[in-house]
Amino acid sequence: MKDLIRIRDLSVRFYTYEGVVHAIDDLDLDIRQGETLGIVGETGSGKSMTALAILRLVPYPGKIESGSIVFCDRDSGGEVELLKLREDRMRAIRGNKISMVFQEPGAALNPVYTIGDQISEVFLLHRRQELGRRARERVDNLLNDGNGFGAGLKRPFWHWQSRIYDKIAEEPHALEPRLLSHIPLFRRLLWRLKDEASLLTVDMLKDVEIPDAARVAAEYPHELSGGMKQRAVIAMALACSPELLIADEPTTSLDVTIQAQMLELFRRIKADKGASVLFVTHNLGVASEVCDRVAVMYAGRLCEVCTVEELFLHPLHPYTRALLDAVPMPGKELQTIPGALADALNPPPGCRFHPRCPSATPLCQQERPKLKAVAKDHMVACYLF
Amino acid sequence: MNTLVDIRRLKKHFPIRGGVLRRPIGAVKAVDGVSLTIKRGQWLGLVGESGCGKTTLAKTVVRLLRPTSGHVYFDIPDAPKAQIEALESADKNSRELASLLKENDLATFSGHRVQLFRRRAQLVHQDPFTSLDPRMKIKNTVAEPLIIHRVLSGQAQQTAVKDLLTRVGLSAGQMERYPHQFSGGQRQRIAIARALATKPEFIAFDEPTSALDVSVQAQILNLLKDLKKEFGLTYLYITHELLIAESVCDYIAVMYLGKVVEMGRPEEIFHTPRHPYAQSLVAATPVPDPARRVGRIVLPGEVPSPANPPPGCTFHPRCSRASKECHELEPPLEPVGGDHYVACFHPL
Repeated sequence: MKDLIRIRDLSVRFYTYEGVVHAIDDLDLDIRQGETLGIVGETGSGKSMTALAILRLVPYPGKIESGSIVFCDRDSGGEVELLKLREDRMRAIRGNKISMVFQEPGAALNPVYTIGDQISEVFLLHRRQELGRRARERVDNLLNDGNGFGAGLKRPFWHWQSRIYDKIAEEPHALEPRLLSHIPLFRRLLWRLKDEASLLTVDMLKDVEIPDAARVAAEYPHELSGGMKQRAVIAMALACSPELLIADEPTTSLDVTIQAQMLELFRRIKADKGASVLFVTHNLGVASEVCDRVAVMYAGRLCEVCTVEELFLHPLHPYTRALLDAVPMPGKELQTIPGALADALNPPPGCRFHPRCPSATPLCQQERPKLKAVAKDHMVACYLF
Repeated sequence: MNTLVDIRRLKKHFPIRGGVLRRPIGAVKAVDGVSLTIKRGQWLGLVGESGCGKTTLAKTVVRLLRPTSGHVYFDIPDAPKAQIEALESADKNSRELASLLKENDLATFSGHRVQLFRRRAQLVHQDPFTSLDPRMKIKNTVAEPLIIHRVLSGQAQQTAVKDLLTRVGLSAGQMERYPHQFSGGQRQRIAIARALATKPEFIAFDEPTSALDVSVQAQILNLLKDLKKEFGLTYLYITHELLIAESVCDYIAVMYLGKVVEMGRPEEIFHTPRHPYAQSLVAATPVPDPARRVGRIVLPGEVPSPANPPPGCTFHPRCSRASKECHELEPPLEPVGGDHYVACFHPL
């Protein structure tokens, strides 16, 4: 399978008053086309930061220090270096080619706009040409079918609209529609764009199995339950059929039965649309349900990257094994990991897990283990292998 | 094993007020007729989704909330309970009943009696980031129950606090710190130390690990296990994660929309659930084992609002086995063998 995203030597640092936090430290990771890659780890392991770094949304005072993130566009076949892209080009990719679902659906939605308005915005930003084409077809139909006195009066406006929409369909930011959009009254000629966008929105909401989609589109976020809001956010992320969907703990704030519905939805999305999904989660159970491959992170570094089956049947890295033992399972004694999570400000030298590792050697304290392949599709960063 | 906590037909309704006069126009039926017994030394797990009333039940049991109706008996022998039941069925307004209730029923306690009771029963809240006073040093936080209940003072108090903190895995040197200097797991340890201060017999835990990472969660659960053995405690453990309940609890009650729908030992609930809701809850729980991906039951729809619960069995709109009976009648909680109880007309 071909790669979709290639991350090399990515480092993200936070310059705080207390000192420099190495949130991500020389991370190498590939996301393949059409796969679901899970990133699991505990709080502060840098899993969310990896997701944000791909979209170049690392918040202040964080900075992407070095490295490269190459995005291989499936449609055009070209390769883009995301970290060197101009901001406006990046904005054209965000929400279009790569989109994101956040952890808290209540916080991801704007409380003062309806669900429909917020999803339409995606279409109005990234799918202007398509909207223009659809609107023109609609006006042309009116021109062909319109009869009678009323239609006779409106005809000149329809001709005008048809011409404007044609321009938008050719060039989304053509001069005439752009000028018109700034003039009161005349900007109303463009209303069909929004109309088409809201039609697409309702389709999108139906796609994520929202019952009564037209009504939900007219509702405000507070009128929906947590599960519905998350569906709406997923619909927004899927609006432009992205090639990569980044989901940052999308089910953490939901109940188990609703979570099961969401996981089912994610599986279906992947099967239907063939999009890659980067699934960030701290719940190993969830990861085992949806992911094809899993990357385990600890204190800003990758420990192990392998397929789900390998991860749960033959975990190699001591941290992965300890993490799996800490998950409560029926009829199993709970094991704990000794010590506490590595201090982000003063991380231990060498392998960051060595102070808590049962099989640490003097070498682990000095030098950082490199990620190396031990089997097909199985990479570990540990000196034991 | 004798019964420590006996909850009978407990209801807690929160009024919804509206109109100019703020009159009650409805009620959120958070807990709607729950009967449960917790035996001494038991670790009872209360499982359910958000909004099913599990937190309200715990708060009512430790009397942070006054129940709307029903009885809560804490360490009361069977004789007065039976007497109350008999009197209640005979005459609801008898003076004898009132005095008996005042003597025994936690729901009627007030003032000093509640405080005496709280020395014996404590609650650990869900979020350790909000349950500790940010402006109090943790030694004062842990000492506060000792001061309020006038258990210890002076040097003895300081020693007790030190012992408590070391018992939950913190060092005495950290006594002078403030909550923000601790991690989530450490804060939960402080909250547990505070609950242990008055040497209670019963502790209710309201999702103590939901804000914590898996490895920290395992540490806390193991700590609770040790403490229970050491002090002979009885636990009411609320969680929405079935896997936790299954691995640590002795007995599990599954709640749905203010009612207990199934009770049983963990292996019964997990392997042979009889209520359709319990079954789908088990099936929906993500298990870290890719081989178990198949056989999932995805429940349609969402939990209805407890302000306006569906008539009959509250689960019937989402249930695949619902019949006409379920729409009209409320299924009683009935034994299906041993300690296993189910409230369903068509158990699996």
